Amino acid sequence: MRTYRRVRGMWGLCLVLLSSAVLAQPIRIGEINSYSGVGAAFTKPYRDAVELAQEEINAAGGVLGRPLEILFRDDKLRPDEAVKHAQELVFQQRVHFLMGTFSSAVGLAVSEFARRHRVLFLAAEPLTEALTWQKGHRYVFRVRPNTWVQGRILAERAARLPYTTYAVIGPDYEYGHKAWEGFWQRLQALKPGVRLVSASWPKLGAGEFSAHITKIVQAQPEAVYTSLFGSDWIAFVKQATPFGLFAKHFFIGILLGEPEYIDPLGPDAPEGMLVTGYPWYAIDTPAHRAFVEAYQRKTGTHPFLGSLVGYITLHSLARAIAAAGTLDTERVIDAFEGLTVPTPIGPVTYRDFDHQSTMGAWVGTSRYDPTRGVAIMVDWTYVPGEQVLPSREEVARLRGQ
Amino acid sequence: MGLQLVVIQALAGLASAMFLFLVAAGLSLIFGVSRIVNFAHGSFYMLAAYVTYSLTQSLPSSPWSFWLALLVAPLAIAALGGFIEVALLRRVYRAPEISQLLLTFALVLFFGDAVKYLWGVSNKSVPMPALLAGSVPLWGQPFPVYYLLVIALGPLLMAGLWLLFYRTRFGILVRAATEDREMVAALGEDQARLFTRVFVFGSWLAGLGGTLAAPMVALTPGMDATVIVEAFVVVVVGGMGSFSGSLLAALLIGELQSFGLLVFPRLPMILVFALMAVVLIVRPWGLLGTPPPVLRGESGAAARPPGRSLAGRLGWLAVGLGLVLLPAGAGPFTLLVAVEALTFALFACSLHVLMGYGGMLSFGHAAYFGLGAYGAALWLTRGGLPMPAAAALGTVTAALAAALFGLFCVRLRGIYFSMLTLAFAQVAYTVVFQWYDFTGGDNGLLGVWPPLWLASPQAYYFFTLAVVGGAVWLLHALLRSPFGLTLRAIRDNPRRALTVGLGVASHQYAAFVIAGFFAGVAGVLFAFQKGSVFPDYLFVLKSLEPLVMILLGGMQSFAGPLLGAGLYKLLDTVVTAYVEYWSALLGLILIALVLLCPQGLTGAVPSGWQPWRVSRGH
Repeated sequence: MRTYRRVRGMWGLCLVLLSSAVLAQPIRIGEINSYSGVGAAFTKPYRDAVELAQEEINAAGGVLGRPLEILFRDDKLRPDEAVKHAQELVFQQRVHFLMGTFSSAVGLAVSEFARRHRVLFLAAEPLTEALTWQKGHRYVFRVRPNTWVQGRILAERAARLPYTTYAVIGPDYEYGHKAWEGFWQRLQALKPGVRLVSASWPKLGAGEFSAHITKIVQAQPEAVYTSLFGSDWIAFVKQATPFGLFAKHFFIGILLGEPEYIDPLGPDAPEGMLVTGYPWYAIDTPAHRAFVEAYQRKTGTHPFLGSLVGYITLHSLARAIAAAGTLDTERVIDAFEGLTVPTPIGPVTYRDFDHQSTMGAWVGTSRYDPTRGVAIMVDWTYVPGEQVLPSREEVARLRGQ
Repeated sequence: MGLQLVVIQALAGLASAMFLFLVAAGLSLIFGVSRIVNFAHGSFYMLAAYVTYSLTQSLPSSPWSFWLALLVAPLAIAALGGFIEVALLRRVYRAPEISQLLLTFALVLFFGDAVKYLWGVSNKSVPMPALLAGSVPLWGQPFPVYYLLVIALGPLLMAGLWLLFYRTRFGILVRAATEDREMVAALGEDQARLFTRVFVFGSWLAGLGGTLAAPMVALTPGMDATVIVEAFVVVVVGGMGSFSGSLLAALLIGELQSFGLLVFPRLPMILVFALMAVVLIVRPWGLLGTPPPVLRGESGAAARPPGRSLAGRLGWLAVGLGLVLLPAGAGPFTLLVAVEALTFALFACSLHVLMGYGGMLSFGHAAYFGLGAYGAALWLTRGGLPMPAAAALGTVTAALAAALFGLFCVRLRGIYFSMLTLAFAQVAYTVVFQWYDFTGGDNGLLGVWPPLWLASPQAYYFFTLAVVGGAVWLLHALLRSPFGLTLRAIRDNPRRALTVGLGVASHQYAAFVIAGFFAGVAGVLFAFQKGSVFPDYLFVLKSLEPLVMILLGGMQSFAGPLLGAGLYKLLDTVVTAYVEYWSALLGLILIALVLLCPQGLTGAVPSGWQPWRVSRGH
């Protein structure tokens, strides 16, 4: 009898050991992003924050008792390269979920792969509205507010300003155009009578804008809207300043208040611009302060918008898995739809009908801050996605349903 | 349009024309004398800008830091250019054109990563020198002083160059060498020294351009690509080796863009390449260029005839058998990598037919690869056709495009042929990129998947293997046919071929269309593997990939490119997962190959066992 009990006890011990070994198997997440090349400047803060979130989650016991393991892959900003990594991650590494991507084309390519192979893909930063609307499907979710949302937020503010004649300059690709169209359609609706007097679409990465600048000067608009960014924006500022462009015209810039784009300009950043961005230095809630401190402890530098997005992305995915209580893709998606996730900037909901998060954007005015030597956003407000995102019916129309 | 608008707009165009000219001048000079197409010229420009950044950063308080950089940076770049010429380029002047091109391309890869390593990837900015930061009023409009300075510098530089080339012995030698370098050598002038000096001077000009541009642009690791492409267009349009031609072309392009964008906000992207295509068609050697001299004793990139020996057949059989058995021991991802390698093997093989056997080096072969992919994707998603029909029509699309572009391309020779293929490819790329309503623009076309019976990696692997195997067999048979023999005869001596009554143009045209067709087949296979198509597939970087593969595997033999494609994809998949600076590594591998093993890997195999390199009938 005693022997029997001992044997049974050993069996039990074995079972516990075995099951905990199975349970401790990490949850594998494939993370594809543009980690080399020109994208690297933007994806570094993103990756740092993803790793921060991973450390936090694993330190708290992981998800479903299992730690998160993240396999980072570099897409070199090329959609076909990203698909190759998605194949490797899903077929070879057997990851449970995919996340990441920066460029819109890359995001769409991975999304298409996810749709075909029924893998959950949580897109982090691609901005194209097509990702969750025209080309949206069951297997793709997105964190960041898209171009349409940001343009609309700017239009609401611009409509209150006295300007009626506009010029636009933006890079000649989908983002550049959509970032303008969302703004302009909304502005025309809010303020009939606004006129477009000059449009310039230099190619992405052109770097040389003198003839575009003189064209704007001659058209004499009251306000200029720009969707330039990165190296193009820096070059444009350097070239346009001696032409007196910023002194004479009111400028509106989408994304240009983000530390990613405003910090590199240092004291050269134009003041008084209406921008969307991320005033991390002024968002004074306990949750956000904690995020900034944790991020600074880890990296020694302040967060960028990419950091915030990366942090929210991984925490959202973890929440969805925890809510589903399983790794089964279909059930995680069911749990993700309509899920509200607490974030450093307050609760964010993943809408059930288009899988777009309700993360919003900050809109404000740029002003030079001599203490830090860079321009910051002042008079800003946070516009949550709920206020501007299209309704269920509008999304259905966009999807041609 | 008032006079004031015209003048201001013209001045803006003039400023960008002068930046273009500064970079293009050095490129043109180097090509004119040494016939080296130096892709790394843009890298020198970029390096100079970054050196300027470092100098102005280390002396931030001094108002003279920029002027010091203006003196030091171009000299540093000139020294670097001298080192590169002596250490590397000097060894390949007699090598086939493709080796020279890939060597300078390897330098681009290397310096691109070097900049990322040394200065980081974030954008950098060089402050404007205080003296030139302001502006002067023109009709009440402020105009930047710096632009006026640059505009003034153009004529100054031109005058300096004129004095140099017409009033010094160095200049006279350079002009003579541009005209007929062998004659100069025959007259006892040390060619090696002349080439080095020319390269150093050309690099100095690139450095000057980079330093002068630095305060006006954002410094980014991608700035080399932008500038080299534009400089190329200027050099080709103006006439390679002609200074005044480069100046004229720079002015033309600068002003055309400046005024063109007043009328068409989206025009400039296609404008420059359309202009280049037109100029090459009407005046192949550029506006002010002279017809290229007939070079004596030039060694071409000639591939040996494909063999049919027993050993060769056994080799093919072994490889074929291995490929058929691969799915038995490989996971799905390995198979997908194999699919990609097979696809690119066909892509490289089709280019090899054109280049190795036809003697026509195309820089725009991705156009047919991409148009095949887009053709299939469009017929599938917009036309609603089933996959086999869409795939077939995709290849037809590629062949039709090749038939159209080929009409103009095959009339040209050498580097002019290469440039026209590049121009057409860039025009096709731009159309695909900008035609949102039809091609989906830069967001591409999604949902390009094969039907269910091909959905599994195994099924798609066997499908690809069958298609690629069949296509390669066809190309092999074609090259052994009378057509293939004629093509090689034309490659080796077009004049004699013409004399004996061979249809030179018609054969080359047919080869061009056939190569385009098979590139299209590869593109279709690629599209259905990825599930989506993007303008990237037509971009110049995709045109360079098969060239690198051909060099890796060896261009002497028919099997070389196939092997090279496999190796390249293997490197690309394995190495890039572990090495951050994979471009630099690829660059170093290419440099080593060009210098140590110019025949590629199939040339490196010891002569005892070479199943794929058979020299019968040689």
